Amino acid sequence: MSERRDEGSDDRRGNPVAFRGRGFAPRPVPGVGLAVFVILIAAAELGTRTGWISALTLPRPSAVFATFVDLWRSGQLWIHLVPSLRRILVGGSIGIGVGVSLGVMIGLFGLVRAGLVPLVAALFPIPKIALLPLFVVWFGIDEASKYALIAFGTFTPTVVATFGAVDNVDRGLIRMGQSFGLSWWSIVSKIVLPGAFPGILSGLRVSISIGIILLVASEMIGAEHGVGAYILEAGALYDLERLFTGVALLSILGLLVSWIIDLVERRFLGWRG
Amino acid sequence: MDLLIENVGHSYGSVEVLREVSLDIPHGQIVCLVGPSGCGKSTLLRFLGGLEEPRAGRVLTVGEPPSDSLNPLTYVFQHFALLPWRTVEGNVRLVLEDHRLGRAEIDAIVADVLARTRLSEFAGALPKQLSGGMKQRVAIARALAVRPAVMLLDEPLSALDSQTSELLLDDLVALWTRQPFTAVYVTHNLSEAVRLGHRIVVLSRRPGRIREILTVDMPLSDRHLGDPVLEAHQRQLWELMRDEAVAADRELLGE
Repeated sequence: MSERRDEGSDDRRGNPVAFRGRGFAPRPVPGVGLAVFVILIAAAELGTRTGWISALTLPRPSAVFATFVDLWRSGQLWIHLVPSLRRILVGGSIGIGVGVSLGVMIGLFGLVRAGLVPLVAALFPIPKIALLPLFVVWFGIDEASKYALIAFGTFTPTVVATFGAVDNVDRGLIRMGQSFGLSWWSIVSKIVLPGAFPGILSGLRVSISIGIILLVASEMIGAEHGVGAYILEAGALYDLERLFTGVALLSILGLLVSWIIDLVERRFLGWRG
Repeated sequence: MDLLIENVGHSYGSVEVLREVSLDIPHGQIVCLVGPSGCGKSTLLRFLGGLEEPRAGRVLTVGEPPSDSLNPLTYVFQHFALLPWRTVEGNVRLVLEDHRLGRAEIDAIVADVLARTRLSEFAGALPKQLSGGMKQRVAIARALAVRPAVMLLDEPLSALDSQTSELLLDDLVALWTRQPFTAVYVTHNLSEAVRLGHRIVVLSRRPGRIREILTVDMPLSDRHLGDPVLEAHQRQLWELMRDEAVAADRELLGE
């Protein structure tokens, strides 16, 4: 009945409809993220070994790695890492805790919203690092000023993400809760908070990264130990291997945080369609 | 328990949506509210359940609800309003948790309503795993769990495809036949109205007023798809509504 059609020849029955629905649907491609790291590091290693990149511009990745191993072996790693982790944990918890609480209140109460949203908008663009000397005066040169700086820095993005997330909770669900006579507290704890959780969590990704940045800043003044202090000292001595070891530590910390949030999302947000 | 609507009127800003609506909803009857879009039928339903307050007039309950009723006025929503993070069972439990019921009693109610809506084997499923029809059955199970005196159904089948809504219609009829309940059923679908309504209230276009009240005498269980008597009722309803619907369709929306 129908004649066979061969490549490229005209088909008298018509032309095939061209497919134009391609793209705009990114899919996960496994392994590429790792490959980018490997290629960049390999290029740096090759460049520094051949002399194409001068040793003053970039340290050799293998030397950085050796420095890291030294740091580990000598036990210095923990001496620097432990105080830093404590600072980010304490400061971050305060900032995120207060941020989430106030964010929820802004989302729920008109008065709080009217009062605090302009204040938060005014605080958000302040580079918190600029306030460090002030915080040293207010809270002392010791740990408290470092906690305060990190807390303040994580607070603003958390508040904004949280009240945005509360605003986006499906009003229909809240109506439903009211129509079944659920108590105010039940509606908040069983409908509003779980509904806002995905948005709060993606806000935490930003907040914690900012927390890590401020950690380094806070260790610029009055810190003997800590990853930030380690980096600043290396920078002052122009010791590139140590500088990059410290920077790599921060990157690893960032990756770790992102991985933990991924885990939490997978564990608690499986209900999302 | 009966419901009474007395001279209810309402407006949103300068747009008057309802004017002088009076209606009684007697015990054990399903009253369908039909009307062109924007005639205020869903607004009226929100007044009935206390989710909104009318500007004029009152909504009254007459008589006491049954003593075992946990939530006398209970909604079934068009878009189901299920919590996506709770399972089928968890969604039903949600509305029982605030009442002081024993664990055993809650378990018994949940098992009973899931069985009545034929959802028992899906108790552990999440809403995202369910079809639209199943989601609405969960919402109906949830509404039954609080033993309502009056069910307020806001276009419960409108988000479903026509085959699914036909199935659910049968489910509602079966539920009512087994145990008659009072219901106000808002719909824009006239065939649903003639299948379920003991009385069908036709509202005019905005501002909504009662145009006509049609009584259908046939028992619910005898009403089948394509029944000539029902078709005649449906045609009569359409005659009443057509001009209104045309006019409503051509209206500009907005405040």
